[in-house]
This record gives sequence, structure tokens and C-alpha cells, in this order.
Amino acid sequence: MIRTLPQSRSYSIGFKIYILLFFFFLFAPLLITCVLAFNDSLFPALPWKGFSLDWFFSDGPERVGIFHDQINLTSIWVSFKTAFFVAIFSTVVGTCGAFLFEQEEFRFKQLLYFLMLAPLVIPGVILGISILLFSNTLGLFFEDRFGIDIGLLRPGFWLVVLGQFSFITTLVTLIVSAQLKKFDYTLEEAAMNLGANRFQVIVFITLRFLKPALLGATAVAFLMSFENFNTTLFLVGSEATLPINLYLQVRDGSTPVINAISFLLIVGTSTLAVFNLFIQRDRSE
Amino acid sequence: MEVDLSVKSVSKRFKSFVAVDDVSFEVEKGKFFSILGPSGCGKTTLLRMIAGFEEPSKGAIYIRAQNMANISPNRRPVNLIFQHLALFPMMNVADNIGFGLARRNESKTEIRKKVSDILERVNLPGFEAKKIHHLSGGQKQRVAIARSLVLDPTVLLLDEPLGALDLKLREQMKIELKKLQMEVGTTFVYITHDQSEALVMSDHVAVMNEGRFEQIDSPQNLYTKPASPFVARFVGDNNRLPGKIVGCNDGTAELQTASGEKLLIRTDRQLTPGVQAELYIRPESVILEPAQELPELNRLNVLVSSILFDGANTQLLVESPASDDELLISLPQNRQYEHISVKDRIEIGWDARAGNCFPLP
Amino acid sequence: MSTLGKATSKLPLFIFLTPILLWLFLLIVLPHIDLLRMSFRIENDYGDMVWSVSNYLEFFREPIYWLTFTRTALYAIIVTFLTLCISLPVAFYITKVAPPKFRGFLSLLLLMPFWVSELVRIYGWMILLRESGVINHFLVEWGILQQPVEMLYNDVAMTMGLVYTSMLFMVVPLLSVMDSLDDSLIEAAFDLGSNMFTIVWKIIIPHAMPGIASGSIVVFMLSLGNYLTPNLMGGKNALWFTEQIYNQFIASFNWNQGSAFGFLLLVLSSLIIFIGLRLTNQKLSKVVQ
Repeated sequence: MIRTLPQSRSYSIGFKIYILLFFFFLFAPLLITCVLAFNDSLFPALPWKGFSLDWFFSDGPERVGIFHDQINLTSIWVSFKTAFFVAIFSTVVGTCGAFLFEQEEFRFKQLLYFLMLAPLVIPGVILGISILLFSNTLGLFFEDRFGIDIGLLRPGFWLVVLGQFSFITTLVTLIVSAQLKKFDYTLEEAAMNLGANRFQVIVFITLRFLKPALLGATAVAFLMSFENFNTTLFLVGSEATLPINLYLQVRDGSTPVINAISFLLIVGTSTLAVFNLFIQRDRSE
Repeated sequence: MEVDLSVKSVSKRFKSFVAVDDVSFEVEKGKFFSILGPSGCGKTTLLRMIAGFEEPSKGAIYIRAQNMANISPNRRPVNLIFQHLALFPMMNVADNIGFGLARRNESKTEIRKKVSDILERVNLPGFEAKKIHHLSGGQKQRVAIARSLVLDPTVLLLDEPLGALDLKLREQMKIELKKLQMEVGTTFVYITHDQSEALVMSDHVAVMNEGRFEQIDSPQNLYTKPASPFVARFVGDNNRLPGKIVGCNDGTAELQTASGEKLLIRTDRQLTPGVQAELYIRPESVILEPAQELPELNRLNVLVSSILFDGANTQLLVESPASDDELLISLPQNRQYEHISVKDRIEIGWDARAGNCFPLP
Repeated sequence: MSTLGKATSKLPLFIFLTPILLWLFLLIVLPHIDLLRMSFRIENDYGDMVWSVSNYLEFFREPIYWLTFTRTALYAIIVTFLTLCISLPVAFYITKVAPPKFRGFLSLLLLMPFWVSELVRIYGWMILLRESGVINHFLVEWGILQQPVEMLYNDVAMTMGLVYTSMLFMVVPLLSVMDSLDDSLIEAAFDLGSNMFTIVWKIIIPHAMPGIASGSIVVFMLSLGNYLTPNLMGGKNALWFTEQIYNQFIASFNWNQGSAFGFLLLVLSSLIIFIGLRLTNQKLSKVVQ
């Protein structure tokens, strides 16, 4: 049954086969996507026609590699910008949230906590349309009442940032809270006893203790934003993010350049994931 | 003599619960003062009030004659060694010790020098770059002490810092701490529930119970002249014999137990005939099989119920009609009493001056 | 927090509270109130906006709407159940059966694919399953099939895609509850004469319940609100309710009808999450951690 108990051969072999199949199921689509990025073919399909880097570096006219594909490059840049702002904003606000819910006492705290969790259980699509509706309502209001046209309230870059921020902040709050829960408050008292004022306590002790969690949360926020589709779908303006752009291409028939992008994404996110893991490991030491 | 710490009629109340109830004491410069009491007696609250983490509900705390009211913990000339030490896990030893100095904006070279000096002092030379989680329990202890001592506090507060150590290490640290205190000459206020820690290290000990001080005295006096039944029970082992005072004149009194034995007591305490009282006898005050000619000796016939062998601390448990509880008697390992075995009937005795008798309220 | 820190100043409270209130009210509460408001508005014959429940009536009048709605809910439940069944043994294997030295590596391997964008993962399945896909290529090459068949664009492919997409959110909570299960409980049960079935049913499942509940809730919510997977892997007739919302908003530009649909989906998802919490006796605040 478990390591320490005797187990029959068929049980242990059967279990191993199941796990192998599971991991095969998990990795097959990713591996095949990566492999076909290097196939010397016009379609992301077998048969294998030889190794080629065309879908990365070729500059047309028949094959346009990703590094020459302006539309895709632009959308990657847009996604980077979006993720950057979302990561910064949600980390700052999420950290405030963690401090608020872990350290402060106030009326209606439970209610507010519940509200803070809500974005996790609201489907992303609904979050997208609500924010779209509300920004539209606000925009109309300002135009009717004051005659000013606020571009910020129309679908576009900043609305996407706000939409993603609205639920990613909850995740950051939870990640930072989890770390803050483990914080030993006598450390704050000890620092104060050694002569630190309130501000110095937060900078030298609490934030330093939270640093790995903050880095981790920023990384998670960045990735979540970079990959978000559901909420973004309704808020996007003329500047398509990478997932939106890829979606349109996949839906309308694809070329191996998508495999090339996917390959880069897989390599990039895995690197970020491993980096994040090292931060966490460093902390647990 | 200069007084470093003076606590005047301090009380602390949490809603309806009184944690500290009208406590006053003074600690002279350079003394090792302990507050001894069972857990929940209010000693930690008292310490936290001195450190400034709690405000007294009543009374005042003076350090070197300066009133500490409304002075925040980071501005008080006291440092606290926390129960679980509260070393900063994200910093190395040097940064931990230098933390307080850096808050005083001392120069880097100055800090480096002071840290290395104090590490020398606590027998950890060259430990600057070590990570906290690589230290042993005893080393952490010393780093915590160094971190506070380096700031040269007027009073060093210690909140049961030895509690987490194992027995051997605790014995060793007790001696080390006492030596260190004598070397540096800083005033220590030490709280503990372990009477041996308090007795071994302290110049003066206050015994605390339910928010009040029962007695403040030297360790010797606490042991030999307890001021209350609680102190008699809490400090060291003791045998309790309840009874009624039947006679009293000029420094002697007589206590009659429920089973009828009359016990002679020599005491300065005024005992009125007719009151209920308790007589406390230390296990080592009891004489086994006393010689017949000894004067003023109370004698009891008892039944040996078990022998608790523990080397030099070996003890006998005996039953007597005079007490509901079994009596505890020291059994010297000098081969003189080897013939005593379980189920034997023996005679025991003690001098009339040996016990402490308290009238019950 | 020392009592002193609280007593000295209210300033930290306001510093922390202000951004949180702004975030929650401007981006969560008010937009959803607006969603509700919009769903009760329609354009009357004169082109003016008036209050009405007809957006909701439309939902019940038109079978395609409520059928899609029911279908979506049912499939989301099936997906949740399948994900649970697949993940449970995996979590158990990694925490309890695999040699400890492989444990970190296996967990890392398990989480790796989920860091990658959902779109990339779905795209991978598309090039595996479609008529010109990799699986068909091998099946024809090995003579198992004469002609390639379309394996994409049907409910089975869509369900699998959804299970694949949301697996992570089941596996992670399960790993952490399984990790907290003391091995000696299983040993004790074994020692007291229980068989494997009893151990799984009486010890492992009850212990894992918080993880199962939180995993199921998140997987259900994500499946219900998913747009990509049903859209790219499901058939042309296999409508998902989010697609209906999208159509109302983007294609028909009927925002009021879309709002009603959105609100219904929100109610459905909250309701099922509420029932799920009740049945398993969990609290939301516990579950999301």
C-alpha cells in the first residue's frame, strides 16, 4: 500500500504503469508541439521531413519565422507589457491585502475577506464582461455629464491590465498571507526591543522575511497575466495579447510558426517555474 | 547602592482577569534577580510590561529612576531574551548581533568590532558568518544573549531562555549564565518556573503566585525560611503535616495531627491555640531511626512503602497515620541504612526547630 | 502583532485598507452590480432603454439557451469527477508510494506542463487529434486504420481537453493533503486487519476531503467558465454556455441579453460551489488555501 508496507508485485507494477501513462498523457501534447516546430514542413503535422529552423528565423516569403513575424512579435511585446504592470500592481496591492487580513482588526473584516476571495470563484469570462460593462457605463456617464471622453475606459491595454489585476491580486494576497501566517511575531518584538521603530521593523524584518514569497507571487502574477485568455477576451482593444492572437490563428488554421512560439513559451515558462522553485527552496532551508 | 529597576504597585488586568496584582520590587545594580512561579502566574506579563510590550493598568516602572510610562519598547534601556530567542532567521550571526547597533547608527567598523568582542565574550569567536539554522541549541542561546548584551542595556530581561534546552545543556548553561553575569556586571531579571535555575543563579528570588509576589528573599532564606505555605511547597521538596495548634508559649508550639500525634514546634511565628495549621518538614531534615537520647525530637512510626533509588538523591516513601500523603525522606547512601527494605516498620524523627509551621487562614 | 502596535496608530490600517477597498469595489462589486442592472434593461420599440425581465424570459423561451446551460453544467460536473478520479492515485503515488528521493522531482514534473499557457496545451492536443494529426498518421502508417478519422471536434475530445486543462488545480491540493496524512495511520489500519479498499475508503478519502473539496470546486468553476477548450476542441454543435455569452456580446452586440446569461452563469457557479461546500462541510476560506 505505501512504502513501508509489503506490497504485491502486481500492485506495484500496475501502479507504475498507471503513473507512466499519466505522465505520457501530460507531456505528449507539449512534446509533439515542440518537435513539430522544427519540422521542415508547411504544416504542423507528420510526416517528418527533416530538421529546420525556418519557423524561427526564415524571413519569407513562403515561410515567415517567428523572429520576422511582426504581428506575433507585437503581441508578445503587448503581453510582456501587460504582465509587467499586472505583476507590479497586484504584488503591491496583494501585499497590502495580506497585511490587512493577517495583522489588522476592523469591523466587517470577515465580509471583506469573503469579498476578496470572490474573484477566485467568479468565472473569468464573467469578470471580463462585468468590467467591460462597468467601464462602458462609467465612460457614458462621464461623456454625458461632463462631455469628456476617457480613453482609459474603452477596451484596450489598460482595461486588460485592470481586468487581470482584479483576480490575480487575490492570488497574490493568498500567497503572501500564507507566508505571513508562518511569521513569528516575537521577531517583530525582538527587533523593537533592539531599538528598531515600526517602519524599520517592517523593512528589516517583516518584508525581508516575506521576500521569497513576494518574488514568487510576482512570478506567478506575471505568468497568470501573460497567459490569461478568458478575461482578456472581452477587454482587449486593438492591441491583442499573445493568447488572443494565437487563438485567432489556431481557430483559423495554423502554420508551424505557432509551434515555434509555443516552443519558446514552454522553454520560457519552464525557466521561470524552475527559478521560482529555487526561490522557494532557498526559503525552506 | 544604586537601584536599576524599580517596580511600584504595578497591576495588569485583561478584561476581568488580573494577570499581575499590585507587585512592587527593586533590583540593585549588578544583581541577578529571578522571578520564580508556576506557568500562568503572571511573570511573563510582568516582564513584558518592563520591556514595554504591555502597558501597566496601574502603578509605575522606573529604570534608573526614570519613569517608563509612555516610552515605547524601542526606546527603553532594557533588552529582552525571548523564550524562543527570536533570532532573525534571515540574517547571519553578525547581522543579528549588529542589528541593534545599526539601529543606533553606529559605524560599520564600530559594529564589526563590538560584534567580534561580544562573540569572544560568549565563547563563540569567529561565528560571525554562520547562519542561524546551522547553530546548536546552546550556540543560539549565546547568540541571543550576545545580541542583547552588545547594546549594554541597563537591565537585561530573560524570559525562561533555557526552557527549550535538554537537561544536560541546561545545567551547563545555568553555570555559564551566572558566570557571564558576574563578568559583565549587567543587572539581570530572569523569569523561570524552574526553581533550580532560580536558586543556583540568583542573588535574590521573588516567588510569584496568581499575580502576586509571595516572598522576595535570598535563595537560602527561601529554602530555609519560606514565608508562606505556597513557597514551602513550590521551592524544594517538602512534607506537609496538617493539624491543629493545641499549645503555644514563648517560642514553642504544639500541633496535634488528625491521628492524635502531638508534634513539638520551635518557631518565632505567633500561633494561637485552636487554629488549623500546616507543618512542613524537608526530606533531608528527617532522621532515620534516631537515637533514643536526642532531646526535643518528634518521633513517628512509619511503614516503608517504596524506595526510590536515584544515586545521591535516593529517597524513601513512607506511610504514616499523621498524614494523608506519603512522606518523602532522604536516604543517605552511606551503607548505614542498607537493611531498610519495603514493608519494614521504622521510626523516624526530626528536630523541633527543623520544620516550618503556618496557620491556615 | 503586539498590542502596542495596534494601540499606537490607526495609520497602517488605512494604508492597507484603502487599496483593497478601491480594488474590490471598483473592479468587483460595482461591475457585478452593473451586470445585474444591465440584465434587466431592454430596448423597447421606441429605442428607449426600459426595465424588463424579458432577457431572462428569453433564456427559458429559447431551448438552445437553456439546453446549452444544462449541458455545460453537466459536463462541468463530469469533468470534475473524472479529474478527481485520475488525480487521486497520482497524488497518492507521489506522496506515499514513490521513493522519497523522487518525490520533489515527480511533483515538479507534474506541475511543469501547467505553467505553460492553456492555449499551447490545447494546440498540442489539436495537432495530435485532428484528421491530419499525429495520432492518425501513426494509426494509418501501422495499418490499424485505412483512412484518417476526425478525432477532434466532439464531446469526448472536449471533455478530455477540459480534464487536461484543469488537472493542476486538482492535483496541487490533493498533494498537500496527502502529504499531511501520517503514514502510521495507514500502517495502523493495516495492522488492525483492514484491506486496501477499507483503507482507501475509511482513512485516505476522509483525510483528503478538504483537498478533494477545494480541488473539485476550482476545477468545476474553471470548466464552467472555460471558453478556449470547448471552442477549439468541441464540435460545431457542442455549444458551451460561455460561447453563448460571447456571441451575445461580440457577435450580436446584445449586451443586455449577454448580461442576463452572464448573471445566470454566475448564479449557477456560486450555487454549485455553495452546495459543494455544504455537502463536504467545508468553508470557502479554508478551501481556497
